[in-house]
Amino acid sequence: MSFLIDIASALCLLAGAFFCLVGAWGLLRMPDFYTRVHAASVLETLGADLILLGLVLQAGFTLVAAKLLLIGLLIFFASPTASHALTRAAMLRGVTPLLAKQGEPSSKP
Amino acid sequence: MSMMLAAATLAVLVCVVLALARAALGPTVFDRLQAANTIGTSAMLLLALFGFLNGRPEFLDLAITYGLLNIIGVIAVLKFFHQGDLGAAGAEGAAGAEGAAGAEEKR
Repeated sequence: MSFLIDIASALCLLAGAFFCLVGAWGLLRMPDFYTRVHAASVLETLGADLILLGLVLQAGFTLVAAKLLLIGLLIFFASPTASHALTRAAMLRGVTPLLAKQGEPSSKP
Repeated sequence: MSMMLAAATLAVLVCVVLALARAALGPTVFDRLQAANTIGTSAMLLLALFGFLNGRPEFLDLAITYGLLNIIGVIAVLKFFHQGDLGAAGAEGAAGAEGAAGAEEKR
């Protein structure tokens, strides 16, 4: 049983590390601010929560697991909020998407 | 098992380096802010992983504190830049309806 939990935890950690790397690579390589936010959101929700899930599986049913869940909840609510505020501020500031046609909004507000 | 923890720690460290490169390169201030947000999230993960790697889960309290400071910092800097821009002429002219909606929300 402990062996199975270790396997599941290792899989979660590896998947989380993979998604973190993909998100950071996208943050560096994407051509446009909005696509960069899209890539970074992968890191901040999926990658972070998968890594935390792997740590929860290792911690077992303890106070440490409760703290990890608190961190996961914080990331899960706070970082999409920050991304939304960032893109909204960029939109208000006039940063246009790369493929937007001139003179017409790329999306409805 | 600590092998996996070390691998995940290394991956998160690489993420910090990539986000730092974006913060140095980023053409607009929003790119830099997004990179700062990403670095903050990565630092939380790094603290949690490092605590497990050393067998000292007390680092999780630091991670919680860091996360709270991170979200407050990003929102505060964003608000500073937004308000600092309100003095500039025609800065929000590009998006009329959205500007009105934003002004309505800010009240």
